[in-house]
Amino acid sequence: MRLGRTARIALRTAAGLGFAVIYLPLVLVLLNSLNPDRSAGWPPPGLTGRWWSVAAHNPGVRQALWVSVKAGLGATAIALVLGTLLAFAVARYRFFGRDTVSFLVVLPIALPGIVTGIALNSAFGTVLEPLGVGLGLFTVIVGHATFCVVVVFNNVVARLRRTAGSYEEAAQDLGASGWRAFVDVTFPLVRSALLAGALLAFALSFDEIVVTTFTAGPGVQTLPLWIFDNMARPRQAPVVNVVAAVLVLLSVIPVYLAQRLSADTATSSRV
Amino acid sequence: MRTEAGRDPGRRLAAILRRRPRLRPVLLLTAPLLWLTVLYLGSLAVLFVSAFWTTDSFTSQVVKVWTTDNFHALLTTPVYRQVVLRSVAVALAVTVLCVLLAFPVAFYTARVAPPRRRPLLVAAILTPLWASYLVKVYAWRLILSEGGLADWMLAPFGLRGPGYGLPATVLTLTYLWLPYMILPLHTALEQLPAGLLDASADLGARPARTFRSVVLPLVLPSAAAGSVFTFSLSLGDYITVQIVGGKTQLIGNLVYSHIDLDLPMAAALGTVPVAVIVLYLLAIRRTGALDNL
Repeated sequence: MRLGRTARIALRTAAGLGFAVIYLPLVLVLLNSLNPDRSAGWPPPGLTGRWWSVAAHNPGVRQALWVSVKAGLGATAIALVLGTLLAFAVARYRFFGRDTVSFLVVLPIALPGIVTGIALNSAFGTVLEPLGVGLGLFTVIVGHATFCVVVVFNNVVARLRRTAGSYEEAAQDLGASGWRAFVDVTFPLVRSALLAGALLAFALSFDEIVVTTFTAGPGVQTLPLWIFDNMARPRQAPVVNVVAAVLVLLSVIPVYLAQRLSADTATSSRV
Repeated sequence: MRTEAGRDPGRRLAAILRRRPRLRPVLLLTAPLLWLTVLYLGSLAVLFVSAFWTTDSFTSQVVKVWTTDNFHALLTTPVYRQVVLRSVAVALAVTVLCVLLAFPVAFYTARVAPPRRRPLLVAAILTPLWASYLVKVYAWRLILSEGGLADWMLAPFGLRGPGYGLPATVLTLTYLWLPYMILPLHTALEQLPAGLLDASADLGARPARTFRSVVLPLVLPSAAAGSVFTFSLSLGDYITVQIVGGKTQLIGNLVYSHIDLDLPMAAALGTVPVAVIVLYLLAIRRTGALDNL
């Protein structure tokens, strides 16, 4: 389309404004963590790093951070195994219902979190409680893993579709065993996709709040749960601001790394 | 040497798998499919069955007797109807706003920006998609607070920010899901063959006509795909409303408020967004729009 000069300028301005709107709130959160004032008034009267050290010594925050990291690592580990297995099956084999698998995998993330949350909550209640296992970190990990599978799956499947199975066949023709071909040929090909998927799964788990609300036991509090609990308490506002800033940084960094690792990463992995 | 340890059982397994190739996908699929169907779909199924149970109003215990009372209440109670309609209206408003805001951005990143800068711009759209949902909502709570950024920016015009309430909820949800709309639009616009646009111009169409008759029909499936996210994510939300919505109630809040005392009713209420979303997904999948993502 031959756009006129005015149209180009208008589009550039609109896009610039769009990006400004997308990033402004995130920058505001980072700035606000340096706000010496307890209220969120704008502009802040100055800048201080005091709240960062206050937050760093807050026992509730430290505990919640630790819980979030453990939940994220556990969920990522499970999602890596399940997502990779599924991706290999879908990309390398034909079987009945293959198209349904990609639909099934997206469901946990596409359906409202509250529905997934209460479904898992009542299932855990009926199945695990008679066994003497209550809600806790374990159930959070199981819940998170369920919706993290899609991220790993999408990353690995995209990579496998771009690298034909003929490489492995060539390796086997040259005398490598199936295992040898996997270790020397297939695994190096998908390694960066696996790492990207893992980073994104961790980021997803680290942020999640709705399913977490319903799968965490009374004593288990992840960082998002801690924020949500303390958001309405004016006294905690500065610490909440710092934790929010940490969450922005901690979720943006893995995504940045994932994008550098794998070109087909985040484009399709969350949708 | 590193494969030495795993060689023997590995070899034996490989030999078995070579003799029986059909066993391979079965081996790969068993664990993930068990997880997703038994654990996930199983839990969902039990939840929806429980929508047909009731709760004893004295003891708050679930009574496992088959009844459609909950769905009857859902359809006849004015409050429920009102909240359902409001939620659908919010989800539609968010979707429309997302399309309107996303289109110029996507058009710029896909067709106007210098090709060298495009990957960077795509990354710039993607990154905030992964930034914490809760923190993004919190950011809007800060912006819309009294004396916050919105008030400060509008003060020179003699205006005030919208404060917390329904408009704030729509605004925040639009912000949250906007990248989900920009991305598919960007992809569709990028794949639009330049020849088509030139042909349209050669045949005498002005840009507005080309846009209406060529660009729009080709991009519409992708907008539909993006709308799956903007619509369904808005429909099920209850956290955003709690944080910036003031006293506004959406379907998610209604579900949430029933969980402790009347789980069957909560389950029945929860079927509404799920039914709408599953229908939407299936319809979209049929048009093939999901393959465009």
